[in-house]
Amino acid sequence: MEDILNLRYALDTFYFLVMGALVMWMAAGFAMLEAGLVRAKNTAEILTKNVALFAIACIMYMLMGYNIMYPADGSGVIPAFDFSFMFGGDHDPAEVLAQDPASWYDGTYYSGMADFFFQVVFVATAMSIVSGAVAERMKLWSFLLFAVVMTGFIYPMQGYWKWGGGFLDADFGFQDFAGSGVVHLCGATAALAGVLLLGPRKGKYGPHGEIHPIPGANLPLATLGTFILWLGWFGFNGGSELVVSNVAEANAVAAVFVNTNMAAAGGAVAAMVVARLLFGKTDLTMLLNGALAGLVAITAEPLNPTPLLATIVGMVGGILVVFSIVTLDKLKIDDPVGAISVHGVVGIWGLMAVLLSNSDATFKGQLVGTLTIFGWTLVMSLITWGIIKAIMGLRVSEEEEFEGVDLAECGLEAYPEFTGAKGSGL
Amino acid sequence: MKLVIAIIKPFKLDDVREALSEIGVQGVTVTEVKGFGRQKGHTELYRGAEYVVDFLPKVKIEVAIDDGLLDQAIDAIAKAANTGKIGDGKIFVLPLEQAVRIRTGETGPEAL
Repeated sequence: MEDILNLRYALDTFYFLVMGALVMWMAAGFAMLEAGLVRAKNTAEILTKNVALFAIACIMYMLMGYNIMYPADGSGVIPAFDFSFMFGGDHDPAEVLAQDPASWYDGTYYSGMADFFFQVVFVATAMSIVSGAVAERMKLWSFLLFAVVMTGFIYPMQGYWKWGGGFLDADFGFQDFAGSGVVHLCGATAALAGVLLLGPRKGKYGPHGEIHPIPGANLPLATLGTFILWLGWFGFNGGSELVVSNVAEANAVAAVFVNTNMAAAGGAVAAMVVARLLFGKTDLTMLLNGALAGLVAITAEPLNPTPLLATIVGMVGGILVVFSIVTLDKLKIDDPVGAISVHGVVGIWGLMAVLLSNSDATFKGQLVGTLTIFGWTLVMSLITWGIIKAIMGLRVSEEEEFEGVDLAECGLEAYPEFTGAKGSGL
Repeated sequence: MKLVIAIIKPFKLDDVREALSEIGVQGVTVTEVKGFGRQKGHTELYRGAEYVVDFLPKVKIEVAIDDGLLDQAIDAIAKAANTGKIGDGKIFVLPLEQAVRIRTGETGPEAL
């Protein structure tokens, strides 16, 4: 029996680690997607943001975020503040193996370190949603300062309320399997708050309501980024099943993988068709956003739907995202990569779509969850962005915006060979 | 006829295009160029080492103008491209001997 328990623990721990590594890979996805959809003169800066925010998220989550989100104790609204994770430690093997095998999965069945690893890549994902929406005109260090607060406090608090056992889960039965709300809606709301205080890019909107497109510099990168995110999402949703080491759970994980994939496919096709019908051309960027929208839509409930239903949930996400992107532009909310639409608008759809296949979910529960996450994140983000704006400003100067934030913030360019360097022969 | 060559800051291109359009100029050719005048370049930093970039990205606009429209065209370009800061650019005027519309074979000012 001990061999079996050892193996289960090892397998589930391994599962968490590999799924976590796949979600980490989504950071590359976001970086490439965003780099492809901004202009060349702003590419190095957005890459810097993406790498730096991942690192900051890991550190802040280690220092305080993880303990806030998964406290040993808490009132349901306020977690018990302890900062023990940074000092390390994991479950004692003898204690683990001494547990009653009959209730194994209710006890300690995988490594605590693996739990942190799987969770830390989620907070990084939520934070990276913000970087695309504020691209091309935000000061780099203002953004990074926000990242410190978001990953150390804003995200963990609402994460506690659902996944950490807080009131959304305990009192309202709010369902959110892998984070359409906790991760995607949260990130999109923080992004929205930032964009509202930041303003649109210069030249994006004309004086008589015209919308001027600012095309991305590298669509191959954007496409690569989308596929990387698609792959990473198998870890995002698959890992959120939290167990793989028995027949029922292995089947569940497989269903999650299939549904995740089907939703992406549905979202992609739906967005592509809608864009073709609305605009007369098959817009690659809408196709990419559509696939991601499908993935966000299924993230709240990727286990229970049939593959057919999962596809349809994804399709609705794909349809919604096209209309949302167009509408946000009409409202003069400038979102260079469509992050608020993909993760926010469709995140809300995802939370509501849970009702289609999960009988434990209630409309009231989903509504309270949605409004709580949105309200908390919006208010806290507006305050944080507001304070940062007062201290150091949010926006680069007009001149810097014209020259490109690469030069202003990074002192170098992503594609430097046109103007060249003295002596380099270019 | 004259050939007007203007070197301007890239982000001013839309303004200049619109200004020319408003006075009835129907066609322009645009090239991305690099150059410098009295506007110094800038230094960039790469992995701890500074390097000098003399050249700045500019946009060159070439437009063939009928003599009667020349002063208006120069005026339109200069106003639209002006930021008041160093590096705004220059306008050059060359005599243009002949112009031909390829599709119809029209020549001279009718080809403009």
